[in-house]
Amino acid sequence: MIKQVPDTATRIQDRVKDGTVDTDGVTWIVSPYDEYAVEEALRIRERHGGTVTLVSLGPERAQAALKDMLALGADEAVHLWDPAFDGLGPRATARVLAAAARKLPYDLILAGWKGVDHDEGLVPIYLAHELDIPHASFVVKVAFADGRADVTREIEGGRERLDVALPAVLTAQKGLNEVRYASLKGIMAVKRKEIPTWDAAAIGLDPAELPERGVAWLGVERPPDRKAGRRIQGTPSEAAAELVRLLRDEAKVL
Amino acid sequence: MAEVWVLGEVRDGALRPTTHELVTAARALAGGEPVRALLVGSDLAAAAEGVRGVDGLLLMDDPRLAAYSPDGYARAIAQLVAERAPEVILAAASARGRDLAPRVAAHAGGAVASDVVAVERVDGTIQALRPIFAGKALARVRVDGRPAVITLRPNSVPATEDDGAQPPVERVALGEYAAGAVVTAVERSASVRPDVAEAEIIVSGGRGIGGPEHFALIEALADALGAAVGASRAVVDAGWRPHGDQVGQTGKTVSPRLYVACGISGAVQHLAGMKTSQVIVAINKDAEAPIFAVADYGIVGDVFEVIPALTEAVRAARNG
Repeated sequence: MIKQVPDTATRIQDRVKDGTVDTDGVTWIVSPYDEYAVEEALRIRERHGGTVTLVSLGPERAQAALKDMLALGADEAVHLWDPAFDGLGPRATARVLAAAARKLPYDLILAGWKGVDHDEGLVPIYLAHELDIPHASFVVKVAFADGRADVTREIEGGRERLDVALPAVLTAQKGLNEVRYASLKGIMAVKRKEIPTWDAAAIGLDPAELPERGVAWLGVERPPDRKAGRRIQGTPSEAAAELVRLLRDEAKVL
Repeated sequence: MAEVWVLGEVRDGALRPTTHELVTAARALAGGEPVRALLVGSDLAAAAEGVRGVDGLLLMDDPRLAAYSPDGYARAIAQLVAERAPEVILAAASARGRDLAPRVAAHAGGAVASDVVAVERVDGTIQALRPIFAGKALARVRVDGRPAVITLRPNSVPATEDDGAQPPVERVALGEYAAGAVVTAVERSASVRPDVAEAEIIVSGGRGIGGPEHFALIEALADALGAAVGASRAVVDAGWRPHGDQVGQTGKTVSPRLYVACGISGAVQHLAGMKTSQVIVAINKDAEAPIFAVADYGIVGDVFEVIPALTEAVRAARNG
């Protein structure tokens, strides 16, 4: 499951206009955490066999995200789009993804732990709920034995290991792997590849029955600008002493 | 009655300090209505004693809950939520809270606002401020679903004061229990420093530090300050520091009281991850580095001279 997001180098703060983010003309990329998920899927296939199917919900441009990841070596891709999918909230998005997943055979679903746009981190876990299967989040290591997954997830100041029944949803955290580069052969092969687009009818969904948002976006604001403060002069030890004094007496953070 | 609940977090039998921050936010939201804390796990007596500032404490203490399970815990909590119908559930935007919140909300038919930095009642509605694009923009959202499940970013509000009073405890029974994903082991990192996601002070290093061996300088300063060690993406991608230390759009987004950036130029992805810090200090030899544009205090100089001097000055101030 992958999501297309604006390039992380985009100066989003300069695109906040009239309460929304203007994404006109941005460079779209695959959300980096989703890339770790795709990479892990490829590695699992290399070790255990099987096929890797990519799924992305989004407008026409999502086809490019799917092609980028197909070029890394994934087997199949499905593009989900319907005018009724425009502006869906995370619950409804998960419902659509679940309907698509039910049409595809799966033993494991991998996704990034969040999209680096809205930073919600909700859809993959909602998806696990929709499919009534377990999940593990912030995953940094995966192994398999006896039809179960041995998963390591990152927590504050350490790691948790989990025994996870399959099928399951795992969400990728940075550190899970290093993403490979597409080979020239891979890039050439996907150029001609046709990726099917499934609409609501194709996955047996009535858009009118999708869950409501539950969270209304009232508006997007530019974060308050920070002003450059003062430069502290002097030799290293003079500057250090002055900084400590300012942090203690002026900023009161020490 | 519309109650506000706090989902307390327990690790190694002890209450995690973020729970006290949740109580502060819950009190402000409750506006006189009852605030209740809920602890879920096994052998919770010690953790329960740490809970303060609430009108009641719900204890779901059962041996079957000894090992954490995302789906198992979520179902257990959702069962109680269905019976009691709290209006709001506050959890920490932590590895645990972010794991549980969506699953609890989905079971209970509610909605989640994740990783909020402020939450308030406006004309009877519940509104929250969420950084998006790692803080490059802020979204104001209204949580209409009930229960409203909100995960609060650490360090966003002060911890509640200890009023010395123990809240009345109500034990709640766990019904049928099943778990598909279960924790089998917890590995603590060798570091005794606080985690970058929760630390009140962070000292971060970038490429300007020159190499992984020189991070000892950063660590010494961090230890003098009682701080966490952070890192820029460049340094993490070069393998100098573990992934968990990365601050920025593809790492941790943090709001500590004090952020000290050493040898970090200030790429837009890094600035996004730390710009909400209360006070920012930048130390860099390049006077034109973008990091200085967001820093409250800047020292233009050689990190190999300035950082040890700063470590000494901090130690002297702490001892003096």
